Amino acid sequence: MKDMRKVSVTVNGKSYAREVETRLLLSDFIRHELELTGTHVGCEHGVCGACTILLEGRTARSCLMLAVQVDGANITTVEGIAPSEKELHPLQQAFMDNHGLQCGYCTPGMLTTLIEFLQDNPDPTEHEVRVAISGNLCRCTGYQGIVDAALDAAKRLQGGKRA
Amino acid sequence: MKPPPFKYHDPRTVAETVELLARNENAKILAGGQSLMPMLNMRYVQPDHVIDINRVEGLSYIREAGGRLEIGAMTRQREIEYADLVARRAPIVREAILNVGHRQTRNRGTLGGSLSHLDPAAELPLVSAALEATVHVQGPKGKRDIAMAEFPAGYMSPSIELDEMVIGVTLPVWPDGHGYGFVEFSRRHGDFAIVAAAVLLDVEAGGKIKRASVTVGGVGPSPVRCRDAEKALTGEKGAEAAFRAAAETCRTIDAMEDVYAPAWYRQHLATVMTRRAMVAAFGRAANAR
Repeated sequence: MKDMRKVSVTVNGKSYAREVETRLLLSDFIRHELELTGTHVGCEHGVCGACTILLEGRTARSCLMLAVQVDGANITTVEGIAPSEKELHPLQQAFMDNHGLQCGYCTPGMLTTLIEFLQDNPDPTEHEVRVAISGNLCRCTGYQGIVDAALDAAKRLQGGKRA
Repeated sequence: MKPPPFKYHDPRTVAETVELLARNENAKILAGGQSLMPMLNMRYVQPDHVIDINRVEGLSYIREAGGRLEIGAMTRQREIEYADLVARRAPIVREAILNVGHRQTRNRGTLGGSLSHLDPAAELPLVSAALEATVHVQGPKGKRDIAMAEFPAGYMSPSIELDEMVIGVTLPVWPDGHGYGFVEFSRRHGDFAIVAAAVLLDVEAGGKIKRASVTVGGVGPSPVRCRDAEKALTGEKGAEAAFRAAAETCRTIDAMEDVYAPAWYRQHLATVMTRRAMVAAFGRAANAR
């Protein structure tokens, strides 16, 4: 018999309630139950970083959590980063302007990872950015565009704060 | 790449958790999940019961008591990384943590989880051995303490019973101004180390080494204390030749061999990593300057 549980969760400000099998991964819950397919699934063993989400503002690999574990929690996925339908988050804009993505597969994980990182470290060095994204695999850009985008976004975000 | 079916439990107390462990065959504790979840996804483990302790109260804390640091089993690695108390009293732990996985995994990963998983190359068991930690476990019969030196029973096997769980760790604190160094060699940042070394030095006024702790990870099946190196360092004044000679004693450690590195290479790395960690530790000791 399937081991089922009710899960209530807030994702990008919207409440969801589902009954799911307890072995369901959070990544599959987000994609298949909530149909928020912006969160990508690469390796499913915590190596590629594509499925990174923000759980109570902290990054987590959603393939390394069970959906039942987020009952009562607040989650932000890549769909929840931009301030509006028409406007990109400064980090997203910086990715666009600096060739921070090509195929886009790693992008949701890169964005969520860097949002937390730039909060922890608003004025990072290039080396610190490279360490920060060392748990996210990209096979297109060679990382340079992503590093440039992160450094550019750091400037934009700091400028935004001063303004 | 999906976990096999299991019965999920989410107890709220340690007593409830050990009761579940005692009552259910083939049960696994789910702590931070940064090792167990990949193992479930790849079906390396197929437990009938998963006991999630993320909602168990009272297992997350960092405090100082009786000149020692006490850290709860479910304290996240990130909390240890950012704790002023740890940076001040046991800075080697913070230095080691920065090599543990990535920010995303440190947000979830726990101290108790790392010790219980006991990967031979993991940083937290290594610094726990270097500091001569005491591991606190609890089972249906009550609590007991295990010295970190006795904690590994073998490769990835802690010496705890099936119905016991790690609840916390006590770390002895070295004197203010002690030197510390943590160095590791890995293919990429955040990977498990091939070999890592932790060195602590208590240096007296005048620059003489009074006490040394030298430990390597990734060489044997669990962290190895290099007693010969410690003896060689004690009484020395921190000359390059002394470090080289002390580190050289690590070449005879019985080393593992696997697809990543042959035994002779791990032994070679043990001499290089310990020497670098000694130099770093001596450079940081207040009395060395």
